[in-house]
Amino acid sequence: MAVKLPVNLARVLYVDLTRKRSWVEDRRDLIEEYLGGVGLAVALAREEGVERADPLGPENGIVFAVGPFNGAYPMGSKTVAVFRSPLTGNLGESYAGGRSSLAIKFAGYQAIVIRGASESPVYVAVHEDEVKFRDASALWGMSSSETVGRVIREREPNPGFRTIMRIGLAGERLVRFACVVTETYRHFGRLGLGAVFGAKRLKALVVSGRRSLEVPDRRGYREVYDELYELSTKSNLMRKYHDLGTPMNVLPLNEIGALPTKNLKSGRFEQAEGISGEHMAENYLIRRAACSGCPVACIHLAGIREPYPHEKYFYKTTVVSYDYEPTYSLGSMLGVGDAKRLLRLIHEVERVGLDAMSTGVALAWATEALERGLVREGDTIVKLRWGDAEAYRRAISLLVEQPNDFYSALAQGVERASQIYGGSEFAMAFGGNEMPGYHTGPAAHIGFLIGGRHSHLDNAGYSYDQKRAELPDPEQVVDDLMAEEAWRMVLNSLVVCLFARGIYRPEMVSKALDPLGIRRSVEDLRELGWRIYRERMRLKVDAGFDPSRLRIPDRIFETPSPHGLISPDYVQRALEHYHQRLKDICTP
Amino acid sequence: MVRRVAVVDSDLCVGCGSCMLACNRRFAEVGYGKTAIHIRSAGGVERGFVVIVCRACKNPPCAKVCPEDALLPRDGGGVRLIPNKCIGCGYCVEACPFGAILWDEEVDKPVICTYCGYCVEYCPYGVIEMREVS
Ligand code: SF4
Repeated sequence: MAVKLPVNLARVLYVDLTRKRSWVEDRRDLIEEYLGGVGLAVALAREEGVERADPLGPENGIVFAVGPFNGAYPMGSKTVAVFRSPLTGNLGESYAGGRSSLAIKFAGYQAIVIRGASESPVYVAVHEDEVKFRDASALWGMSSSETVGRVIREREPNPGFRTIMRIGLAGERLVRFACVVTETYRHFGRLGLGAVFGAKRLKALVVSGRRSLEVPDRRGYREVYDELYELSTKSNLMRKYHDLGTPMNVLPLNEIGALPTKNLKSGRFEQAEGISGEHMAENYLIRRAACSGCPVACIHLAGIREPYPHEKYFYKTTVVSYDYEPTYSLGSMLGVGDAKRLLRLIHEVERVGLDAMSTGVALAWATEALERGLVREGDTIVKLRWGDAEAYRRAISLLVEQPNDFYSALAQGVERASQIYGGSEFAMAFGGNEMPGYHTGPAAHIGFLIGGRHSHLDNAGYSYDQKRAELPDPEQVVDDLMAEEAWRMVLNSLVVCLFARGIYRPEMVSKALDPLGIRRSVEDLRELGWRIYRERMRLKVDAGFDPSRLRIPDRIFETPSPHGLISPDYVQRALEHYHQRLKDICTP
Repeated sequence: MVRRVAVVDSDLCVGCGSCMLACNRRFAEVGYGKTAIHIRSAGGVERGFVVIVCRACKNPPCAKVCPEDALLPRDGGGVRLIPNKCIGCGYCVEACPFGAILWDEEVDKPVICTYCGYCVEYCPYGVIEMREVS
């Protein structure tokens, strides 16, 4: 008989890949301080010494963490991963949904720490208290991450109650922006967790669990659940993310001139219609899916019917998940305006397990570098041309294969490639991370630069731009974005989907924690956000992040944004202010 | 006439698990350990989802194999579990052709649907409904 566990879990599972050992520790100390999620993960990553680790060495640790709201409340559906990033060299932090967070929670863990490296390929299967190291030699080198998922699905128990996180060839070949795919269509996309898995020869991590966890205030819990369920299903959230999904942004962003196109030579794409959320839904959408514990179901799956080349009247249907981000990076950014071609590119990226955003931005830079003669066709092997999806499909394979110096450099990210080949003015990365799809104005780019993971979701500068006709002083923008990021540290410790941020306001978070036996006032929570922000930025700085060395690609000043041409002085002032504030925050 | 949970159209299911969490919440607990309804993918999310519920059979195979008569057939279809009679042998799980009986590891007994309809209230997409047993 299983032991009854409280909903406020304190158990952390440690998995040592070198010695093939695992054990559980009670980390009440950290959970009481940080709740869970990113706060807990940063503290555990610090203990692992990730700031001193070679990102691809056995000493790099990976921490997966969930928090108090996972499984407990609607849209508490995310897992955070913290590690040292092989792409930026400093802190890696990435989020995914799928079945991951509920599987980890109901397996009875608040976090899983992965240490060491295996000599030969393995996958780790955690079924509640049972941890198995399974030989994955035969899975290593398989061409499709989907097949790997299928094989493991057949072999492991507990369908519906498990997560299967795995890497593709890109992770095995250490492409610095390889992702970890979970449940086929969700990803720990950013900052190269896939390469860290690959370096550890960890092909997959399977976690399943079906525990039922005890709640201190049973009545209060059901009441708050109902209130939140009502809010999440009756609000316009549901419509917004369920109907068209995130690609609903394509047309509005294009309209205002904020859709990065052809390596951000423009903010408008003449073929935007063809890859819009509306066009996709009308012509390709076959199904919606949800992350576990989320009624919204924003995952949109498209079906493309492909004929077999040598057989008449034989077809197969390939199912591809599409979102705004890959639509921008592999669509407008590469000048690909045909939905079917775009879907094939997304599928290719999914198969090999690459981050779609970094891949698109890297290929966009390569296309322009070729155009300008910085690299030759001998380097790129295929002739990269805007809109030529077939050429890009081949280039994706080459990125994974890395048959020459050029692709080896590109596989390290666009920052590194442009250091070698030139063209850094149009290498669209911030802090070493390839840009997200928003050229909405200065706040978006300031947000990418100062964000802890250089992602649009760190502080939502893109939304800041869009909500204001005029922007305040750059110092004010930085202060506002930092405050947003600090609050998001709380949301990311719970760990709720950021689409639900409008529901999980501070008062609501405080109220919903209460029946779970966690008392935190609104002020406590705000203070906690700043504390986690500080710990995380300290870890990032200790891992080598130097804000004075942030590179700003000139391109953002050349292409008009909805706020007009962005002034370099404005962004520079913002960065100086940020630098000073970061110093103040990080000095004890 | 008695009622049961029926699947309207499993193609509408998005696999959010709200129903499973609701079923577990009957006990005001967070998890899947006490849920009687089971959602899983039909072999990968791309193929959609399978919604598994107790069909409230008129001549229930689970009750027939129970050596302790812990599963009482209900008038009009379905069964009721008498927990203190159950010895946790698991025969019922194997006997159900739909795989609709999950196991409660904590008490080492089957989870038997009570046909209360609580899950139905939390399905955002109308996948399941309460229907009279025909
Ligand atoms: S609540 Fe409805 S949509 Fe969600 S898993 Fe259950 S049946 Fe499917």
